[in-house]
Amino acid sequence: MRKYFGRKLFTYTLTFFIAATIDWLIPRFMPGDPVAGLMARQGALSPEGAAALSKYYNELFGLNRPLWEQFFGFWTALIQGDLGRSVFGHGRPVAETIMSALPYTLALLIPAILLSWWAGNTFGAMAARRKWLDSAVLPVGYILTATPYMWLGLVLAFVLAFLLRIFPLSGGYGFNLEPSLTWAFFVDLVAHWILPFLSLFLVGFGGWAIGMRNMIIYELESDYSRYLEALGAPQSLVRKYAFRNAMLPQVTGLALQLGVIVAGSLVTEIVFSYPGIGLLLFNAIKSEDYFLLQGIFIFVIAGVLIANFLVDIAYVIVDPRTRVGMRGGTA
Amino acid sequence: MSLQVSDLRVYYRSLAGDVQALDGATFSIADKEIMGLAGESGCGKSTLGNSLIRLDGRMKYVAGSVTLDGNKLPIWDQKGMNEFRFRDVSVIPQYAMSAMNPTRKIGKMTGELLESRGESYQDIKPELLRRLDLVGLSQDVLNRYPIELSGGMKQRMVMVISTLLNPSLLIADEITSALDVSTQRAVAETLVSFRDHGFVKSMMVITHDLSILYQTADSILVMYAGKLAEKAPTATIIDKPRHPYTKMLISSLPEVGIRYANKKLAGIPGSPPALLNPPAGCRFRARCPLAFEKCVEEPPFVQIAPDHSVACWKVPGSNA
Repeated sequence: MRKYFGRKLFTYTLTFFIAATIDWLIPRFMPGDPVAGLMARQGALSPEGAAALSKYYNELFGLNRPLWEQFFGFWTALIQGDLGRSVFGHGRPVAETIMSALPYTLALLIPAILLSWWAGNTFGAMAARRKWLDSAVLPVGYILTATPYMWLGLVLAFVLAFLLRIFPLSGGYGFNLEPSLTWAFFVDLVAHWILPFLSLFLVGFGGWAIGMRNMIIYELESDYSRYLEALGAPQSLVRKYAFRNAMLPQVTGLALQLGVIVAGSLVTEIVFSYPGIGLLLFNAIKSEDYFLLQGIFIFVIAGVLIANFLVDIAYVIVDPRTRVGMRGGTA
Repeated sequence: MSLQVSDLRVYYRSLAGDVQALDGATFSIADKEIMGLAGESGCGKSTLGNSLIRLDGRMKYVAGSVTLDGNKLPIWDQKGMNEFRFRDVSVIPQYAMSAMNPTRKIGKMTGELLESRGESYQDIKPELLRRLDLVGLSQDVLNRYPIELSGGMKQRMVMVISTLLNPSLLIADEITSALDVSTQRAVAETLVSFRDHGFVKSMMVITHDLSILYQTADSILVMYAGKLAEKAPTATIIDKPRHPYTKMLISSLPEVGIRYANKKLAGIPGSPPALLNPPAGCRFRARCPLAFEKCVEEPPFVQIAPDHSVACWKVPGSNA
């Protein structure tokens, strides 16, 4: 057990190091100069002023130092929890910028992913091998998953927000409000949350339902199901076993989704101008913000690895076959 | 008479039409009898075995009746059969190696199965442990997952589970096919001991391996292309077979003491007919050296001696 997790932990640490290094390299290979972009937004400056500001920014972000020094600086700072300063945020610490966007992303994605996972699996399992439900759930599921997500988001926004005006069109909260702990702000927050949530939920639901339906049918045809049926076990027991075994790949799928959760949902957040990490990432790319990009990716890498590690643990609990492998048996 | 089957017909649905895999089977198995069911692949052995316990989705009940201990089995009714399964008819499936749920401990699965049939696991457990000892499995297997057992152990475990409620009829479907010869022998002996201990009243052992039947079966039923060819006590089938197919089948087996380097084993030339629109009359006639005009009519499966029935026009006593 210890050896198994020790090995896993080592793999994950190594992966983190390599991924973080690549993460550090990529923005630096992007064409363009972030400081020049920042200066351009400052408007007219005298040549001396521009030179001084450029020097100030370059020193602030450490961009004047050689690459290897920047690389070691990056790791030293990272270990101390310092992700640098955001160019896009005019020198605001990256960690702070990410932290202010993170609640929106988490509040949007966690319920959307978990609920669509739960509802999709429940519906898919119910639909499998039940004629009427199956012929209803299956096409709906296929339509939902096959719909280009961006289009679904736009249609929802157009119909429910623009035409019917049931929900606000964009943003995390109304432009006329300041974030505060008041009832009015909370209600407004929820109203802005519903559309992006709904669009994510619908698409996720279709995918999970279809996946689960197919898995259940596969399990119901497997030998152990046939044996139980030959011995007269009631459908409830056969389906219970099939459901449990069909859940295993779904758990992996869920974990993978939860892992990239911190990246936000880029398209949703852009369509609804929702102020989460996805939108932040989009802006970071637009303004060539090395540090912000790097910081967001570090979050994503850590998220994926932690989620995978949690799945490893969960699998040991739900699937005995992994336990055999751990003890060095052949599986 | 423990089991009586009369004129049982079970076809397979296919896009091209019905495949007549089991076309009119009439036979019986006595109490304490172990009947071997032999024939080449695709002759309807497993179809017959499965139809007595559970028709799968492609199988279609066409006609016939099955009576077990005086009760008519509703084999066409998936739900109605549930009452009889496990308690009266049970099966050791062809796929015994993968018959147990891989994610449940064996003991827990057995318990859940028993409880789901309204039996108390606690009451049955002492007997279960006794039977594990009998087949040479440690009691510890109940706390293990199927993947932790070897193939032979899984096979024995499934044999114990299937017979736990002392069924009247046990169907053992090709249970020795995946095992090595020494394990085959152990499995065959276990089957006989189950009958001798009274765990099962009568048994139907489906196999294409006649030597296994020679060791275990009291009688042998030979099938050919969905029809019954011959049924007789084991010794009679081996020593004095009457149906030309049985004769050729037996003569194609190797014998101890003969070196086959010099003498080639005789096979049966040709192959069985397709069962989608099979030819009328005797289905063996295309491969039969004795075939004559009368064989275009279907030979009845008639008794020619006590416990000996044959379906062939050439056998005296068959109205030839």
